Amino acid sequence: MLNGIWLGMIIVSIICAIINGRVDELVVAVTDYAKTAFELALSLTGVLVFWLGLMRIAKDAGLIQHLANGLRPLMKRLFPEVPTEHPAMGAMIMNIAANMLGMGNAATPFGLKAMTELEKLNHRPGTATNAMCMFLAINTSSVQIIPTTAIAFLAAAGSSNPTAIIATALFATLCSTIAAVVAAKFFEKLPAFRIKAKEEAKE
Amino acid sequence: MTLQSFATVFSNSLFLTFIAGIPLFAYWRKVKVYESFIEGAKEGFGIVIMIIPYLVAMIVAIGMLRVSGAFDLLAAGLSPVLEKIGIPADVFPLALMRSFSGSASNGMAAEIMVAHGGDDYASRLAATLVGSTDTTFYVLAVYFGSVAIRKTRHAVAAGLVADLTSVVAAVFICSLIFSA
Repeated sequence: MLNGIWLGMIIVSIICAIINGRVDELVVAVTDYAKTAFELALSLTGVLVFWLGLMRIAKDAGLIQHLANGLRPLMKRLFPEVPTEHPAMGAMIMNIAANMLGMGNAATPFGLKAMTELEKLNHRPGTATNAMCMFLAINTSSVQIIPTTAIAFLAAAGSSNPTAIIATALFATLCSTIAAVVAAKFFEKLPAFRIKAKEEAKE
Repeated sequence: MTLQSFATVFSNSLFLTFIAGIPLFAYWRKVKVYESFIEGAKEGFGIVIMIIPYLVAMIVAIGMLRVSGAFDLLAAGLSPVLEKIGIPADVFPLALMRSFSGSASNGMAAEIMVAHGGDDYASRLAATLVGSTDTTFYVLAVYFGSVAIRKTRHAVAAGLVADLTSVVAAVFICSLIFSA
């Protein structure tokens, strides 16, 4: 699906740029954004290294296991394929907790660590597991409790009551997270997305 | 103290609680905090090197889409319909961009708020949208890239269902509470 979407994005961009007369800008954008992507990766490195270091401390202190035990009933339902003691559970919990608290910088390292752990449970390298899809669905729906960035933007634009959107954003994010979980559970059983029986027999 | 600085103080203290609280607690539990930190930090490099190709592929495509004005074109065509269901014409490109890029959609939200003022319906809807979803394609590309997943199965579909739901929910609740 990403193949089609990626190609579609490029083709649509070129057509729209021609219509809008922005071909020159588009050409410049290709090199600019390629550079941006690499710079982003570089700046991500430091943050990633730092948070993974901190996460290891939390793990060695038994903090993550504590958290994982508390959330076990919920996590077991969301990710039935992942053993409850597996490190993937701890990393996913840390990622979701960081997202809830609005610490996007910390959430990405935990999320990437969770994917590495989930991949260890994957019998078919290159193909996403149900747990991975569920984890990503929850991640893209965002579970942030207090949208600090949005509040800061509103305040900067001179809002008299910027925190008014906390309730509306919480409502929208709750709806989208529920939709994400239901959609992931539903889609994983559809014939189009199901892992082929032949591949499964090889396990 | 202004609300904006309150939000900053809130996130800063949360951050400091994390980076001081975890090592302190670990030290008390007799963990060698420094060695432990280094051990975990080592894993970071491999992950970054893995995601670079995916990051470049996705960010270039998103950047092209952004510069081409594709979403503005779509919004212009649909604006009569959008206004009826409570989506101001300039918020619509933001709702679409939200699935692709966080920094781009944050920039668009800031522009909308400056143009309409902080207390306008459009600004509040924009803030609700920014506060309620994360960027599906970016997260998907980076997370799957880090473990070289190419067959993404239903992840895109589930992510888009979540995005669509958040837009519908945001428009519903904002038009209920803020429009008058």
